[in-house]
Amino acid sequence: MSHLRTELRQRAEEVVALYPSRRSAMLPLLHLAQEQDGYLTDEAMAEVAELTGTTPAEVRGTASFYDMFHLEPVGRYVVGVCTNIACLLRGGEELLEHASAVLGCAVGGTSDDGLFTLEETECLADCNIAPVVQVNHRYVRTTTPEAFDGLIEDLRAGRLEHDIPPHGTLIRVRRAGGLRADAGEIAAERASAREARAAREQ
Amino acid sequence: MAYLDSPQIVSSRKEYADSFTLARYLATGGYEGLKKALSMFPEQVAAEVDAASLLGRGGAGFPAGRKWSMLRKSAVSYLVVNGDESEPATFKDHYLVERDPHQLVEGVIIAAYALQVNRAFIFLRGEFALGLERLSQAVNDAYEHGALGRKIFGSDFSLDIVVHPGAGAYICGEETGLIEALEGKRGFPRIKPPFFPAVTGLYGEPTVVNNVETMSNLPWIVTHGGAAFAALGAGRSTGTRLFALAGRVKNPGVYEIEMVKNTFRDIIYDPALGGGIIGDKAVKAIIPGGVSAPWFGPDQLDLPLGQDEVAAAGSMLGSGSIVVLDEDSCIVRATWRITKFFSRESCGQCTPCREGSGWLERMLYRLEHGGGRVEDLDLLLDVSDNISPGLAWPPQQTTICVLGPSIPSSIHSAISMFRDDFVAHVDHGSCPHG
Repeated sequence: MSHLRTELRQRAEEVVALYPSRRSAMLPLLHLAQEQDGYLTDEAMAEVAELTGTTPAEVRGTASFYDMFHLEPVGRYVVGVCTNIACLLRGGEELLEHASAVLGCAVGGTSDDGLFTLEETECLADCNIAPVVQVNHRYVRTTTPEAFDGLIEDLRAGRLEHDIPPHGTLIRVRRAGGLRADAGEIAAERASAREARAAREQ
Repeated sequence: MAYLDSPQIVSSRKEYADSFTLARYLATGGYEGLKKALSMFPEQVAAEVDAASLLGRGGAGFPAGRKWSMLRKSAVSYLVVNGDESEPATFKDHYLVERDPHQLVEGVIIAAYALQVNRAFIFLRGEFALGLERLSQAVNDAYEHGALGRKIFGSDFSLDIVVHPGAGAYICGEETGLIEALEGKRGFPRIKPPFFPAVTGLYGEPTVVNNVETMSNLPWIVTHGGAAFAALGAGRSTGTRLFALAGRVKNPGVYEIEMVKNTFRDIIYDPALGGGIIGDKAVKAIIPGGVSAPWFGPDQLDLPLGQDEVAAAGSMLGSGSIVVLDEDSCIVRATWRITKFFSRESCGQCTPCREGSGWLERMLYRLEHGGGRVEDLDLLLDVSDNISPGLAWPPQQTTICVLGPSIPSSIHSAISMFRDDFVAHVDHGSCPHG
């Protein structure tokens, strides 16, 4: 019995087929697992192990290396506030402090209603609109405490459902079709291209 | 006055709200470079890139053409695009992927054709959710348009591109760390030698790893010719470059300007670019090329923005980022935050980096937040020297990759240039700025 629901399981198998080695699908599959559960459950990691030809321990050991993967439940909205150098120079620390007060949780914690998890992030590469805030890895471009309060209100009221899907949903554009450039056919094509070129050069 | 008359090579579609769509791309000359490339022999395409003297735009500035020429001949080889942009205050690839994903895709196809590679992976930073969606859509559209897949535009060339999301780790910007992540493992940089993935890369096969901006230049280079590109700039720094300007300037942003023709003063002060310092304060320090680079003081404002020019002055153009600190910016806090970043992002394989970064971060924390001692200044430099002997530039290496030896740059710069600021923190007991 698959832990991933049918549609995600099918997408996961399509992803595996894109790589010369099953293990290469590790990061994309862990993202898919988070799309279903919001974080990485033991059941999901066991299934990713099966799909990638690894063990659950290898999956956990890999996942724990990366900041975007959560091994414990998080809120529907993971709010990241950057305090790295460009944001530091434009009030990033102060905005993070404000966010912590507004959400009523420490950095790394989750609000009492379970809706928000607050993170201090490293540079998010949008430094012209600093300090940078992301919700579920989407830029929200709220640089002041007032704008941040408005953002939280909008999120609570469900007004941003379209722009900001729940935590874990990273890429809503599905790849159209698998690989097209078959290795055997390419070898034949290369041979014919060489012949054609030899003919042209004569 | 800044020189702004050069062509916009990679940001030509910035005026269009729909610049990321196939329709807009085709209406503005999109995929014409690829069609021209396919009418040439692969080595002719590579020769144009060689003639352009295109230096890699990721940070190391290695000539793209030479990287290509090192590709070991093999039945299977790969092209990998490094879109893991994570160097603090660098945000040009983010801009290119979100605004002009087709330009990147076209560049990748051109490069793959020149290299005769049939499988390319674009490794894009996981935090770029919108970028991942736009790039995935662009790849889908390119297949549909006949620019990807079997027999591209009726030629004998076939290519698949796979968009691969990262998951949050600065170290995956190091090309061998990126390859490990692409193989489904922790992003641990590989032991060198072999120094170049072009010899042993993805799955042990020859692999070319190029940056997003490098690839995005290729459609223009093929369309206009390598010589036209090489005619821009000066010396080894040819073409234009995207500079990401951040910090205490009025108009932070991504600006495409011709290499060497402008100075730090131009990009910081020109009304069409940075527009000057907030509140018309004075510049205290400039961090060029990312936080791995040594800093400059206001005495270097007239230095031209060229790779060799900045290198000769003792730093690097690196990733094209420029961070400006003004007279009110706290140097100790800035140094602490940069070091905290390295400490958090150290992958942990090598002792000098793993242990050294944390030790340095704790010392800088207490100088900033209370409990700092004047002897900490010498200790900071001593620990830095153990990570990168001699504190030279370019740095000596004690570790597998350059992350560790990058840590001392800001500490060494800050203490050399602003020792009094550190002493004031010790005297005050914590940060005098509050």
